[in-house]
Amino acid sequence: MSGRQGVALALTGGLLVAAPLFVGDYVLSVLIVFLLAAYLGQCWNIMMGFAGQLSLGHALYYGLGAYTAAALFVHFDTLSWFGIVAGAALAALAAGVIGALSFQFAVTGVYFALLTIAFDEFTRILFDHFDWVGGTAGLFLHVAQVKGTDLLHLRGSPTMFYYVLLALSAGVLWLSRALLRRRIGFYWLAIREDEPAAAALGIDTFWMKLVAVTLSGALTALAGGVMAFYDNNLYPDTIFATSSSVEIITAPIIGGMGTLFGPIVGAFLLTTMGEAMTDFGAAWGVPGLKQWLYGGALVAIVLLQPAGVWPWLCDRLGLGAERR
Amino acid sequence: MPGWVNFVVAGLLTGAVYGLMALGLSVIFGVVRVVNFAHGEMMVLAMYGVILLQHWLGLDPLVSAPVVAMALFALGYALQRGLLNRFIARPEHQQFLLMLGIAGLLTSSMLMVFGPDTASVETSYALDSYEVGPLILDKVRVFAASGAVLSMALLWAFFRMSRTGKAIRACADNPTGAAVAGLDVGRFYATAFGIGAACVGASGTFLLLLVDVQPYLGASYTLLSFIIVIIGGLGSMPGALLGGLLVGVSEGLSAYFVSPSLKSLFSYGLLILVLLVRPQGLLGRRA
Amino acid sequence: MIRKIDRRSFGIGAAATGAILAAPAIVRAQGGRLRIGSLLPKSGDEAETGQFCQGGIDLAKTMVKDMGYDFEVVDADTESKPEVARTQAEKLIHEGCHILTGAFDSGQSLAIAQVCEQNGTPFVVDIAADPAITNQGFKFVFRNFPTAIMLGNNGLALFAELFKATNTHPKTAVLMHVNDTFGQAMVRGINGYDQHVGLPFKIVEDIGYSRDTNDLSAEVAKAKAANADLLVVVHRLNDIILMIREMVKQRYQPMGIISPGSPGMQFAQFFRALGKYANYCITNQPWLDPKQPLALKVREAYGKAHPDQNMTLEIGFTFEGVLICADAAKRAGSTNPQALVEALKATHITDRVMLGGAITFDEHGQNVNLPSAATENLNGKPMVVLPASNAEAKPVFPMPGWSERG
Repeated sequence: MSGRQGVALALTGGLLVAAPLFVGDYVLSVLIVFLLAAYLGQCWNIMMGFAGQLSLGHALYYGLGAYTAAALFVHFDTLSWFGIVAGAALAALAAGVIGALSFQFAVTGVYFALLTIAFDEFTRILFDHFDWVGGTAGLFLHVAQVKGTDLLHLRGSPTMFYYVLLALSAGVLWLSRALLRRRIGFYWLAIREDEPAAAALGIDTFWMKLVAVTLSGALTALAGGVMAFYDNNLYPDTIFATSSSVEIITAPIIGGMGTLFGPIVGAFLLTTMGEAMTDFGAAWGVPGLKQWLYGGALVAIVLLQPAGVWPWLCDRLGLGAERR
Repeated sequence: MPGWVNFVVAGLLTGAVYGLMALGLSVIFGVVRVVNFAHGEMMVLAMYGVILLQHWLGLDPLVSAPVVAMALFALGYALQRGLLNRFIARPEHQQFLLMLGIAGLLTSSMLMVFGPDTASVETSYALDSYEVGPLILDKVRVFAASGAVLSMALLWAFFRMSRTGKAIRACADNPTGAAVAGLDVGRFYATAFGIGAACVGASGTFLLLLVDVQPYLGASYTLLSFIIVIIGGLGSMPGALLGGLLVGVSEGLSAYFVSPSLKSLFSYGLLILVLLVRPQGLLGRRA
Repeated sequence: MIRKIDRRSFGIGAAATGAILAAPAIVRAQGGRLRIGSLLPKSGDEAETGQFCQGGIDLAKTMVKDMGYDFEVVDADTESKPEVARTQAEKLIHEGCHILTGAFDSGQSLAIAQVCEQNGTPFVVDIAADPAITNQGFKFVFRNFPTAIMLGNNGLALFAELFKATNTHPKTAVLMHVNDTFGQAMVRGINGYDQHVGLPFKIVEDIGYSRDTNDLSAEVAKAKAANADLLVVVHRLNDIILMIREMVKQRYQPMGIISPGSPGMQFAQFFRALGKYANYCITNQPWLDPKQPLALKVREAYGKAHPDQNMTLEIGFTFEGVLICADAAKRAGSTNPQALVEALKATHITDRVMLGGAITFDEHGQNVNLPSAATENLNGKPMVVLPASNAEAKPVFPMPGWSERG
């Protein structure tokens, strides 16, 4: 990361930390959407951008994280963070199983992507019939009437959730940068660019890929768990939906896969433009304009700038090339 | 006669339509190597086309089928020629994501144009049934299946016997060799995509006899097409039909014996199994 | 050729972005005209009904004003998602809405309720059945719609009344229900009612199906095989159309098709799709009161504005939602949130659209005075057949067979 990028990062970081002090509730809720998208995008980026494994079923991990934390809270009144970490562990297990099976049986590329979708849909239908967590009727958390901030139990105002998400986003950004600089980051790059060559060089591709997949899944689940306490209701058909998976991947693709800041830039663009589209749609009486934008943005980026907006922006602003 | 026999038969009939739909994907995915994530959405577009034709010209869906198929052929040809041919050399996931984006665009465009309400065709025979011995067969299901089987037979003949068909198969098997032999690979790819799109258009027409359409219908059929193609085997036409029939029957049987809302579970379970254990599917060739 | 953005223009750009983000916190209009924010799912899964419900809101915009109230309505789309419902609710409050109404779906309504509770903005739920909305101790949330339990109980009580009125005695029934939040809540209600009060018939088979199904042939075959007198069904619009088509195809003719309360059999699309087979279906649900002059006026106005649609309870309730908001503001004499809440608590509206006494709210913010009527499809229109005191026509039960339809 170049010096200029560092300045840009510090600036943005400072703005984000100070934001709740001077923005209204509406902008705050939009910023929460943005941070969540950035965080999830970065988690997915670890798997796809760094290690080159295309997952189209990431909603599975998000859902597992959310349901675990919520179910433990509702049924056993466990500490929120315990439930969230448990959810991450479960998601890591699921990711590990999917990864291990796929890599063992040499399922790659399109087939791997389809496999991730299949596991996600399979789980969705299972949860539809899983009465302990509410089935299709959904799982409802009792909404706390909290005026203060209970960080331990994650009951509090949106501002609290904002900072939690901000911390998570900063954390995953730091983690990604750390990983990219270590050997594992280079191994992943090698695997992404040319797996047979990497294997020939002696890299244990199976384990490297497995780490990427498991890490990505566990991190995604963390956000799922946190957001369960924000939304207070979960339905299998929305949480595990393939369209949720597609939403997760759109931001990092727009921003720039494989880059450090791509997911954040992508999330910012999509969230702000999405809100603008909703406004236009309401003004013109045309619903669904936001979905149209998401589809169009994906098409435009793949056609015109497959590397994403961030590398292009770096170029234009003279921020220095980021390793792609 | 046990109750489930009716379901097996109904499943076979529906499965034939699924087979045609999957066949379209088999041609697109197997020949042109495009991961058509907009497959279901293209079908929904065709279905709306059939409804419009009935609304404006009073055409019965069975009559509209060839018209819609040709329209979709043109669309597919243009899409491949104009857009997708450029992606042949690019990394696989880009073309993937492009089709994903196109799927989203199609769905939201249809929502804006046609609104969210479900729409259906009206046919005089919609509620009739044939009684064949102890079986009760829906007329619409029989018609739909017949149309699908006829289309598949035509396609099979095309690929086996016509020059274009053989050329397409050559391009699929060995693009470099085909180019060396002087074939315009780009043009044949476009034709192949067009044919795949035509299949999906025809299957949509027949499917409309069985289900109602709404803008969000596409996604589940895209997934179903992939399931069938992978189970049946990529690049195998009989495989697509077999896969379609299998899925149709398993849906019917699981609906009858287990909880009806679990019927998709079996399809996904089967997909996972096939992907892991036998990725070339039942009748496919090893990639 | 894009000009390279130099450091200066980047700085300006960043400053501009910062300024937008730093927009001062909400300007909550204290005085001035009442602004009502209306939230409905206009895209996504529930777009069909959401856009339909908008008809009631649009009618209220003019008709309620004509009744002597002053307000404006801002519409928003929840996109059938709770997360979007939340941000849109925040946005409406940010744009100066003093009170919100919505949102057709329980999950989305709960998200909005949380936002309103946190912001201290009153929220009048016009359509959403989950009990959780009014049993969490919210102070700013009011609901003019029966809970799923109320819907179930009121709807089920009408069965005995129907059999009495037609002198019939069905003994057994098959229950078919859609497997979503609404369907499952209704089924729980039915089982609870059967345990505590007792149904006049025995449910011999319970068949659930998934909401987005395209094919109900297996389910209908199972139902037919159960050989029961009655078909009791909890459904949504698309699946009930599929179901009845299958029933005709499979020649399954129970004594009647009765729902203890579901959206679908009253919609114009149902009649269009099924023609003569749509008749004689009965739904027990809250409905417009044919004895209320306002109800008849609204029905007539709706018929003129939407000649291809039927007026249903959705239109009535969304209309009443706006009326309640306007009425509270008028009595409060201000748009101050606490004043509005006090006024809402004291609501007592007698000139209304839906069946029931005056609109009032109990200490949880719930209107418990929303009885159900039995509406039967007769001659291509839904008509109130019970309670007899408000009926428009006499009930026909058992229903004529499929082949006997004119």
